[in-house]
Amino acid sequence: MFATVTLSLLEGFLGTIKLFALTLLLSLPLGLLLSFGSMEKLGVIKYPIRFLIWIIRGTPLMLQLLIIYYGPGIFFGVNIWGGSPNGRFMAALVAFVINYSCYFSEIFRGGIQSIPVGQYEAGQVLGMTKKQIFFKVVLLQVIKRIVPPMSNEIITLVKDTSLARVIAVYEIIWNGQAFIKSSGIIWPLFYTGIFYLLFSGLLTLLFGYIEKKLSYFR
Amino acid sequence: MSILEVNNIQKSFDSVTILKGISFSMEEGESVSIIGSSGSGKTTLLRCLNFLESADEGTIAVRGETIFDAHAPIPGPEEIRRRRLHFGLVFQQFNLFPQYTALENVCLAPKLTTPDPDIKAIEENGRRLLDQMGLSDRMNNYPHQLSGGQQQRVAIARALALKPDILCFDEPTSALDPELTGEVLKVIRSLAEQKTTMIIVTHEMSFAHDVSDKVIFMDGGVIVEQGVPGEVIDNPKEERTKQFLAGYTG
Repeated sequence: MFATVTLSLLEGFLGTIKLFALTLLLSLPLGLLLSFGSMEKLGVIKYPIRFLIWIIRGTPLMLQLLIIYYGPGIFFGVNIWGGSPNGRFMAALVAFVINYSCYFSEIFRGGIQSIPVGQYEAGQVLGMTKKQIFFKVVLLQVIKRIVPPMSNEIITLVKDTSLARVIAVYEIIWNGQAFIKSSGIIWPLFYTGIFYLLFSGLLTLLFGYIEKKLSYFR
Repeated sequence: MSILEVNNIQKSFDSVTILKGISFSMEEGESVSIIGSSGSGKTTLLRCLNFLESADEGTIAVRGETIFDAHAPIPGPEEIRRRRLHFGLVFQQFNLFPQYTALENVCLAPKLTTPDPDIKAIEENGRRLLDQMGLSDRMNNYPHQLSGGQQQRVAIARALALKPDILCFDEPTSALDPELTGEVLKVIRSLAEQKTTMIIVTHEMSFAHDVSDKVIFMDGGVIVEQGVPGEVIDNPKEERTKQFLAGYTG
């Protein structure tokens, strides 16, 4: 039984990792773009983005998942996601990417705004372009400063993937829970915790390594 | 022809007028010191020269070429970069790039801004400049491993690496402990001896007296008095200059 459960949970965990990795991959660059937008001088760009960030940070992710999955069908009469597991996964991915982009954008904004203006001015008087100043001078300093809040947020993402269950996306909790119905046992559900722990332990080590790698400057 | 001609520079922030019409000129190889109390507009003037601020009124010409005219259309970023490189600026707070070594700090801008850069030549020049600053054994240190005086000398080498026509210093020793001030002043003094064209905003009166060909005293956004140090510092004509200098004697 233990082997059967482990195999089934591993399979579910693959779904968890897939959602985690794709969310991360898409929401990091999107979050950077949103952070630029939220620091824009032009009100037409800045205020809609800040409004979006307020909505997304101000409502539960579980609600956002439900609205994105069921919303199109209810409000426009078209179920754009379809009923297949793939369609449900896509809906979950969209919800996660929007949600995490907003959180990441605030971390990026904090990091970027914490860089002293003198760094930009030094780059300017040395004749560098805006792009060169951002990529060659500012970015690495920003990354160094945001590693701790980022690692927090990314570890939260690992566990938040379990919310995708509300629109029946197959991930590890879903598979664990299935054993309650099929075999009348609850321990597989508790067993899922070990998978989360191991994975977030791995991430903790990775972020510790990055932090150490960047400790050569202040 | 004068290397620099500044004419009627005016600058306000919101409703506060900082510069009320500054005009002066300087010749190639001269060192000009700008003295005056805090808030007199010295730093704002340097920032206007370096395109960190845009003056509301007036013109700036380098070797006869007008590089700034408040009434001309604003040039594109590429042209602004070309024009601002007539000037170099050494900041009060050094503003070194923390993730780069001393040598990398000096070489970064030349590598990025020269089309088709000769990396070897740039690094060789960087080493030579740091050597000239007395930092030959510190080239591979990161800024946080250097003292304030050493950091400021790296910053001077970094500004020199782009071979500016005019090197500006914004209170280069104000963020330093007294014992570190000397090593930075020594370097600036040797640059003056090599006839580097420089504008130095400073509170170090005896230093200004020794190295400058000309001293400008600013107060309330205007130039109150200018001339050779023997006049402005030793025998000021204006009452306001006398008052200001009285704070430095003893």
